[in-house]
Amino acid sequence: MSSINYSEKIPNNVNLSEDRTLQRALESWQPDFINWWDDMGPEGTTDASVYLRTAVSVDPQGWAQFGHVKMRDYRWGIFLNPGEADRKIHFGDHLGEKAWNDVPGEYRANLRRIIVTQGDTEPASVEQQRHLGLTAPSMYDLRNLFQINVEEGRHLWAMVYLLHKHFGRDGREEADALLQRRSGQEDNPRILQAFNEQTPDWLSFFMFTYFTDRDGKFQLCALAESAFDPLARTTKFMLTEEAHHMFVGESGISRVIQRTCQKMNELKTDDVKKLREAGVIDLSTIQRYLNFHFSVTIDLFGADESSNAATFYSTGLKGRYEEGKRVDDHQLRGQTYKILVVQNGQLAEKEVPMLNALNEVLRDDYIKDSIAGVERWNKVIEKAGIPFRLKAPHKAFHRNIGALAGVKVSPEGKVISEAEWNANVDSWLPSGADRAFVASLMGRVVEPGKFANWIAPPAMGINRQPVDFEYVRFA
Amino acid sequence: MDMTDGAVIRQHLIDPEICIRCNTCEATCPVGAITHDSRNYVVDADKCNFCMACVPPCPTGSIDNWRTMPRVRAYSVADQLTWDELPGELSAVQLAEAGVATDAVPSAEPVAPALPAADDGQVAVNSAQYGATVPPWSAAHVYTNLYGPKAAQKTITATCTGNVRVTEVGKEYDTHHIVLDFGATPFPVLEGQSIGIVPPGVDANGRAHHPRQYSIASPRNGERPGYNNLSLTIKRVLEDHQGNPVRGVGSNFMCDLKVGDTVEVIGPFGASFLMPNHPRSHIVMICTGTGSAPMRAMTEWRRRMRAAAVGPSQGGAAPSGGSAGAAGAWGPGSSKFEGGKLMLFFGARTKEELPYFGPLQNLPKDFIDIHFAFSRAPGQPKKYVQDLIRDRAADLVPLLQDPNAYFYVCGLKAMEEGVVLALRDVAVNAGLDWDTVGAALKRDGRLHLETY
Repeated sequence: MSSINYSEKIPNNVNLSEDRTLQRALESWQPDFINWWDDMGPEGTTDASVYLRTAVSVDPQGWAQFGHVKMRDYRWGIFLNPGEADRKIHFGDHLGEKAWNDVPGEYRANLRRIIVTQGDTEPASVEQQRHLGLTAPSMYDLRNLFQINVEEGRHLWAMVYLLHKHFGRDGREEADALLQRRSGQEDNPRILQAFNEQTPDWLSFFMFTYFTDRDGKFQLCALAESAFDPLARTTKFMLTEEAHHMFVGESGISRVIQRTCQKMNELKTDDVKKLREAGVIDLSTIQRYLNFHFSVTIDLFGADESSNAATFYSTGLKGRYEEGKRVDDHQLRGQTYKILVVQNGQLAEKEVPMLNALNEVLRDDYIKDSIAGVERWNKVIEKAGIPFRLKAPHKAFHRNIGALAGVKVSPEGKVISEAEWNANVDSWLPSGADRAFVASLMGRVVEPGKFANWIAPPAMGINRQPVDFEYVRFA
Repeated sequence: MDMTDGAVIRQHLIDPEICIRCNTCEATCPVGAITHDSRNYVVDADKCNFCMACVPPCPTGSIDNWRTMPRVRAYSVADQLTWDELPGELSAVQLAEAGVATDAVPSAEPVAPALPAADDGQVAVNSAQYGATVPPWSAAHVYTNLYGPKAAQKTITATCTGNVRVTEVGKEYDTHHIVLDFGATPFPVLEGQSIGIVPPGVDANGRAHHPRQYSIASPRNGERPGYNNLSLTIKRVLEDHQGNPVRGVGSNFMCDLKVGDTVEVIGPFGASFLMPNHPRSHIVMICTGTGSAPMRAMTEWRRRMRAAAVGPSQGGAAPSGGSAGAAGAWGPGSSKFEGGKLMLFFGARTKEELPYFGPLQNLPKDFIDIHFAFSRAPGQPKKYVQDLIRDRAADLVPLLQDPNAYFYVCGLKAMEEGVVLALRDVAVNAGLDWDTVGAALKRDGRLHLETY
């Protein structure tokens, strides 16, 4: 394996060929990565050529190179956004000091933990989605799934680069462990619970890419503010790719809704049974999937009061969303923020030190961004003239982390009894029957230009190719 | 007159219906031209320098939209923030009303990106950027805007001297061949130009209707040779793009005209979609539906020139706008154009919907090479003009390289990109460098796009 020219095989802008230590580290990791991809990557795709976007540099011209490639031969590159000379730390206790190009000893453990947690989600989602290719609703969607898979792979490379380059032996061990944990495996699971859940069908996949990859966006945005410059630069570049993932989710759900509305108008009915018989997903089921994915994802931001969050911020490891655009003192000492708690059987606001509430601050920014997209879905329904609106559930609904864990709250935000919850849960969250129905629709459609009955075709193809373009060439 | 009044730009816009607000464009833009509110992402026309840095990273393609606008009327950031959907292109008539000369060349426009090589393309294709803004070198002198809001005389009155249906009767579509006569009033036109019709009456807001634009379907010397008349091909509009019933104001007025009725006309418009006039110049015509109008005009002019050289026995004098008028125009007829080829790629949903289908069939094969594509023919696979272009790659490769070959595309907006991509594929598959070929087509006035 040592004969591989890594600087050629791995497009990069980090002078890979000049760094012998790093090169040796990657030489030992790369074959394990390929083994992992073969074992856990998209199922049954070894011979398929997929029309993929590959980044070969960070400038606009090199950013999006399209062509048919075999996924196993995908060129997983390592890219950092261009550095800013004399970049200064712009928040926390080190405000105004020079940004770090190396890891300060006292923050080593925390930084490594942040990078490993982020890095662990990347292979995890590839594992969660590995069977979806077998039930793709179209060749176009299959290609989008594979694009997401290879880019999650590239994000793993990005994190592994940081571990190898800056964390010595610990870093190499962590990089190996990233390939050893498995999504959903009991004895060696992925770190975050949402990444151990299954992605059983394409409605779940679209919801996951819309909601959960958006969590990824907010985490990456917060890390892009980091005082540790290599982390800031690498996450900035990852964000451009994350945008594609959210596009797949948002447009995917939008197309499901479009198709359902079309059938509703055709059959002049909003009867769930009739619509299901017509092979489309009724809007109420879409609402229940939305409730599930929204609530599971906002748990990912962590406990509403967290001393870790305060430490990460004060020490400059992780900023707030759009830290650089905010106008306050960027240190937040003595400031407060309102979080939700339950008092006397009712939801109430409690004022806490803002530094401890930074998870909640990021969660609230995320919720605002998510809801804007739900409103864009509503426009599709409105355009079809149907009097139904999707709605994000209350922040306290179906929570399992933080002060709200264990409290039963309706989607409207009313605290309810266990009995009330049990009586209504099937109209709020996808029931077994809902999931079985959605699963029954999942059949593979991969003829160019053809789409499964339950989803509308997209408005335009990828890279201005026609919608019926041969996005995947099967051997 | 203020000379800056007519300055035109290609304005960069983002499609709010497709954009997912991922912020990638705003983060990428090196000059801070992109901004957003809680509703839309928008581009500030005063700041955008057409560097195209935002285009490839956009995950949705919503970033790649362009509109020709008078600089003084460019959509402001405030306007764009209120949009639910993109506005259409301004028509030549609206541009004329805004005081823009039809031959105005954008003073600011995006640099045509290096075209992607076949499907390994690296850069998104904006087909409109390959359309020429200059006419062929041998085009005849053209007159524009003789009548209009900025002209000495606002409109000219024409008399309808013929109105026949040119698609099969009994179908939901209804396309008419309409002849207008200008009597003694000057209205010189060339093939490829268009005119504006001012429908009588007022709109729902009590304002005069804005003019509707139609391509001329007859040659320069008249629908009936030697007469000051011209013909139009107009499809009656009975539904909008979403399929909702709506009666098109202009098309229904025109299709209902009776011989002897008068019409208010402005124009002519268009100074680049013009035919070459030199020996051995080739014309490749690609059209759908009523986009055939300028193709019929060019073909008929060539046919008359050929008939004049061969002799009168082949019907050099087409009948006037009576019942046989439409047929005669595509009828048979080498001359000063000896060696010049005509190729026509003509698409419609079905044979019945194709205007002039019968007369087209009667043109001699050695005069014009015709290919039909029907996308909804019962029992047949869908076929589009792009497919025909790919099928005929062997004939098109030499023409793409020949400086005497000119390409014309007219029809629905949706076809334009597919056609440009098909031409690119033909070139690339033959080992040609499309960067060179595409740039030459534009620079030398050899590729003309007119879509609506």
